[in-house]
Amino acid sequence: MLKDKKNKEEIIDIKHLRKTFGDNKVLDDLNLTIHKGENVAIIGQSGIGKSVLIKCLVRLLEPNTGEIKIFNQNITPIHHDELDTIRRRIGFLFQGGALYDSMTVRENLEFPLRRNSKGMTKEEIEELIIDSLENVGLKEAINHLPNELSGGMKKRVALARTLILKPDIILYDEPTTGLDPITSKEISELIVKIQNKYNTTSIIITHDVNCVKIAANTIHVLRDGYISDSGTYEELIKKDDPWIQQFFT
Amino acid sequence: MKKGIIILLEDLQELTRFTIDFFRQISKAPFEAKEFFKQSYFLGYNTLPLIAITAFILGLVITLQSRPVLVDFSAESLLPSMVSVSIVREIGPVVTALICAGKMGSGIGAELGSMKVTEQIDAMEVSGTNPMKYLVGSRVLATTFMLPILIFFADGIAFFGSFIAVNIHSSISPTLFLTDAFASLHFFDVIPATIKTFFFGFAIGIISCYKGYHSEAGTESVGKAANSAVVMSSVAIFIIDLIAVQLQQTFGFIKF
Repeated sequence: MLKDKKNKEEIIDIKHLRKTFGDNKVLDDLNLTIHKGENVAIIGQSGIGKSVLIKCLVRLLEPNTGEIKIFNQNITPIHHDELDTIRRRIGFLFQGGALYDSMTVRENLEFPLRRNSKGMTKEEIEELIIDSLENVGLKEAINHLPNELSGGMKKRVALARTLILKPDIILYDEPTTGLDPITSKEISELIVKIQNKYNTTSIIITHDVNCVKIAANTIHVLRDGYISDSGTYEELIKKDDPWIQQFFT
Repeated sequence: MKKGIIILLEDLQELTRFTIDFFRQISKAPFEAKEFFKQSYFLGYNTLPLIAITAFILGLVITLQSRPVLVDFSAESLLPSMVSVSIVREIGPVVTALICAGKMGSGIGAELGSMKVTEQIDAMEVSGTNPMKYLVGSRVLATTFMLPILIFFADGIAFFGSFIAVNIHSSISPTLFLTDAFASLHFFDVIPATIKTFFFGFAIGIISCYKGYHSEAGTESVGKAANSAVVMSSVAIFIIDLIAVQLQQTFGFIKF
């Protein structure tokens, strides 16, 4: 596995990342490298800082210290205009979907396109919307409002909206939380399908062992503010660590 | 008490930062014209019926309440002039602004608060859209420019209410009523009153957006954001009005 990684381009490189909220140290000297095309899962206890970590990657939260290199550019000191250019290459699937509830599914998907792809014709936009919805199997929901959709459908529409700008990296914040096991499995399989189709790099924040098993090819364990263990699913389940054992059983 | 003052001062400091950021964002191209017109239509059009009803009742009540006093002094003929000056100078702008603070302020506070809680604002930000410019900029500008227009309508409707009230006890033609009403109005009454309405609108917009934008996690905070947006906007309206009256009296403005 290590040999494989060496040949691949580093797409995210985090060094000595530190994030605190008052006296509460959430991330402390966190180091992590992610290569192009990887599906990485970050697991850890609730409130340990997993979501904080991916929010730092798009600077929704500002890290205290440390360096975050994305596409070989350190994003921590750059201005917001420059940051927006990088953000456009990163998709973020929020825990609750974060669909704009005053807009229909079509408008939700149209919004990032209209904002970021100026000069596109109406037909081109429509084609991309249909294509994205077909990817998640929800073409029929195009004119629905978010409050008319189930939790799983909302997640899939949110995923379609994330995909519409063809991001190089997708960050999934608890993609299967609150969903039944069947829908969770569908979402996990969708993550793999997307990765295979678009060769995206993914970071999945999850508690769901099945999602980790299906979607991730590398797993990192976040504990006490840093990555304590890493490996594939098969490698991690063999570890003697009681917490890891408990998580996977 | 001391803690309360510190919280208030911190809130004002944050609001000042938020306002500076608002000006910084709206001064940068491109201008969110489509969203601005959408919000102007939405906020203005939706508030108009409420404004119309209250302004009509306001004109009616002021006239009915003032009439007995003027009758005692045999000055009933001054009723249109007195009502027009009080409506245009003070009551029209302040009452309309307070109604708008309730209607627009709670709407904006709750909308942005709920967007914040459900991470819609974060989703907008990570997709490369500046929410400060798109959401806050358009709404603050919409309230700033719609409020003077709404107040203009409200004043007109209040005049109509007053005309009806005058005609309950006596008979006066619309032309004579309007001639009397406008005869006592000067630019000195209209211009400062109009200028302050822009500030009223701005205060409602910026405070409501600030409260919504900074609401904390949880549905309860959405209600709190809407509530404090209305309360703080209403207080700001009175403070701005007080400052405007003081400035008007200190500098006298240019008398036309």
